[in-house]
Amino acid sequence: MAAVTAQPQVDLREPKGWRRTRNRAATVAMYLAFVVVIVPLGFVLYTVIAKGASIISWSFLTSPIPVNVAPPGVGGMGPAVLGTIEITALATAIAVPLGVLGAIYLNEYGGRGPLARFIAFMADVMTGVPSIIMGLFIFTIWVLHFGYSGLAGAFALGCLMLPIVIQSSHEMLKLVPNSLREASYALGATKARVTVTVVLPAAIGGIVSGSLLAVARAAGETAPLLFTILTVTTANPNVFSGANTALSTEIFANADQPFLGAQARGWGAALTLVAIAFILMIAARLVTARFARYQH
Amino acid sequence: MSTVTQAGPAVPAGSAEALSERRPLGDRGFQVLALAAGLLVLVILVLIAISTTQQATSWFTTEGFKGIFSTNWNPAANKFGAMTFVYGTAITAVIAIVLAVPVSLAIALLLTEVVPRRRARPIVYVVDLLAVVPSVVWGLWGILVFAPWVQHIYASIGSALGGVPVLGALFGPPTSGASFFTAGLILAFMITPIVTSLSREVIATVPAIDREGAYALGATRWEMIRGVVWPHSHGGIVGAVLLGLGRAMGETIAAALVIGSSPVITSHLFAPGYNMPAVIANQFGESSGVFRSALMGLGVMLFAFTIIVNVFSRAVVARSARRMRGA
Amino acid sequence: MDHPEPKVAETELPEPTAQQQPREAAVFERPGAEVFKTKNVSIYYGSFRAVTDVSLDIYEHEITAFIGPSGCGKTTVLRTLNRMNDLVTGARVEGDVEYRGASLYAKGVSPIAVRRRIGMVFQKPNPFPKSIYDNVAYGPRVNGEHKKSRLDEIVERSLRHAVLWDEVKDRLHKSGLGLSGGQAQRLCIARTLAVEPDVVLMDEPCSALDPIATGRIENLLREIKSRYTIVIVTHNMQQATRVSDRTAFYSVLRDDKNDTRTGVLVEYGPTRQIFEDPRDSRTQAYVTGRMG
Repeated sequence: MAAVTAQPQVDLREPKGWRRTRNRAATVAMYLAFVVVIVPLGFVLYTVIAKGASIISWSFLTSPIPVNVAPPGVGGMGPAVLGTIEITALATAIAVPLGVLGAIYLNEYGGRGPLARFIAFMADVMTGVPSIIMGLFIFTIWVLHFGYSGLAGAFALGCLMLPIVIQSSHEMLKLVPNSLREASYALGATKARVTVTVVLPAAIGGIVSGSLLAVARAAGETAPLLFTILTVTTANPNVFSGANTALSTEIFANADQPFLGAQARGWGAALTLVAIAFILMIAARLVTARFARYQH
Repeated sequence: MSTVTQAGPAVPAGSAEALSERRPLGDRGFQVLALAAGLLVLVILVLIAISTTQQATSWFTTEGFKGIFSTNWNPAANKFGAMTFVYGTAITAVIAIVLAVPVSLAIALLLTEVVPRRRARPIVYVVDLLAVVPSVVWGLWGILVFAPWVQHIYASIGSALGGVPVLGALFGPPTSGASFFTAGLILAFMITPIVTSLSREVIATVPAIDREGAYALGATRWEMIRGVVWPHSHGGIVGAVLLGLGRAMGETIAAALVIGSSPVITSHLFAPGYNMPAVIANQFGESSGVFRSALMGLGVMLFAFTIIVNVFSRAVVARSARRMRGA
Repeated sequence: MDHPEPKVAETELPEPTAQQQPREAAVFERPGAEVFKTKNVSIYYGSFRAVTDVSLDIYEHEITAFIGPSGCGKTTVLRTLNRMNDLVTGARVEGDVEYRGASLYAKGVSPIAVRRRIGMVFQKPNPFPKSIYDNVAYGPRVNGEHKKSRLDEIVERSLRHAVLWDEVKDRLHKSGLGLSGGQAQRLCIARTLAVEPDVVLMDEPCSALDPIATGRIENLLREIKSRYTIVIVTHNMQQATRVSDRTAFYSVLRDDKNDTRTGVLVEYGPTRQIFEDPRDSRTQAYVTGRMG
């Protein structure tokens, strides 16, 4: 110990000057970016809630749509609420089973083969196809031959949902461990049986949650419905035939109306639509959390 | 026993016949069904291309190549040149990208490099909320609340910069609340979640050991980001940006409400304009004949643009993901 | 930053040619200054105590080896010495860690300044996705050196020190990812040396390498130790005996009741003593291969 030399003093303080300034500036900029996002989001949500809450009521959700000049207290958005629910439900019934089946093909049958990889790639690409194109497409192949209907709208929304459901379900199926499949095969099960009884239940939480997010997206869409349901003011409980209406297209129609009543009904419809989308999103999160707990 | 053999799984002991049993019909049927569902994606994409192009043929034949790519859009005079809308689409998409990409990247870095994972989750929820607000609600807010509010700001910026070269051409008068810039701004809000989440995925693939390598050399966080995160992930981030570009090009309803609906080509970003999805949404209902065919044609063009951008972006992302796994 | 860099005079000690005997004798007789002094250090991840009660001194210009079975916390202790554990959420250090008389965990101490002086080489070679040249120049650039001629000089010198220069001098501007495992690890060592650190921490630097590459790195360590203080974590006892002057043996304390495992420092001393005359029965069991 006697040989220990005198310790030189070391300076371990943060480097000064440009390096520190730059690092701090970068960190501040990152937090600022988050603020930049919160402000408009808060602004929009505040406006929708403030303006929508003043008109929304049970009678607003169920009453018929009045003429545009009607003052805010008259009528409501009943037909649009009904239309949104029936069209979105039908689109879900079409797109979710097909999407899950497609994902099953990609993960369980196609594997790493060229066709499956091509389909998976094109499904990714299809999520980027503008929703208005889906509207034009269904208009061309369906509406021109069979007329406007809720069904046509559901087809257009289904085209929009299909690749989203495929994408999210595919991701979930990938996470199912192979040992589960092998355990089932070892008992002599067929591939279809393994898939339906073992693989799907193992991934169901993620599939449901991903599908709910797709439904949330579809419920708020306007462009695919513009040229497929025609947007009438009368309620149409028959989703399979006859022109229909929806909250989103009603908002679009009311947005550039000069009449305060029409605008107020637009805000009410907007609050309803936002609430539907939020509920679906929260449901998706709850499903995810619930199944995550099962798995651990 | 009989129920077991019917279901197919158990092989009766010593039965050679059962070992060579053909695959049950249900099993093969299920496979065919799954394949058909997968192929549906390709079928829809091909059908979209064929059916919409077919509807657009009368536009192509009456206008000719020159007419289509002209800037003259005048339904009353049966003139349907597409370039005004192509220009508007490019301008609004570029504004959206320029505004959204820095913000998205900064949030992605905040989530991956700065905030611990537990506190990152609420931030992710908030950013995702932007995507949950429907397009038409953004549009409603944009035209009834935001545009009237912002037009005074545009006006004062416009009068301040009116005489300045370049800046005056971009931000000078005429100004209007519903304009290219308002549309681009709202599109930017709408594409921020997707660009953020994709960038975050890409950045998350940067190996922890590479980060530590830079920190072990005494790098600050920012130096680590520039030296390690950026070279690792810039390919994937380009893909994320392209994907955002594709979304901004095709996003319809918000743009249709706030862009100002004025088919002109101008360098003034605060002036009202028009783009492809907006003109389709606004005018399709009252169109017929060549007019309708022209709107279909704009749809075909939009479809082609977005497919190209998306194929390119997915290819870039996939390539950079492969490189990450290989490295 | 110009701080008094504890540098050995450039006149080389006649040390590298001398073999085992005189070197170890030197350890016994005249240890250098203490670079690190740790007293009663415990390291936690959240509420889990990973390592407890580590007290040891690490001396200048020596190679100190940390050995022990897996899970004994030797890497955790190593990462405490340059505050690398700061990057792990919930990691916490109790006790004193002194580096050249300054407390590493005191208020106002910047991990960036610490790591600038105390570099680290990792288990898996981790060259940045940049050229060989830019990998080595990264540290100096970060520290404000941008003059081309200076950088050229630093890059060449660092690569020479890491015994990599001759193999890569014709492809300095090719990607560092194209190197073999052993070359990549030496590139990482060169990258660490380029900032002229005081201490180099090495976390099982040879575990991903074949025996020939391992031999090269071990030779390299013997060559650079006259200029740097080196702490190396290794799971290879032969490696510890081949390269190190002092060895710290860590072990695992099991608490079966709470099902927890905590690392402890069992014994620390000159390498020869640890392997030939261990004082603790656990050390003896480990070095004779009866455990771990």
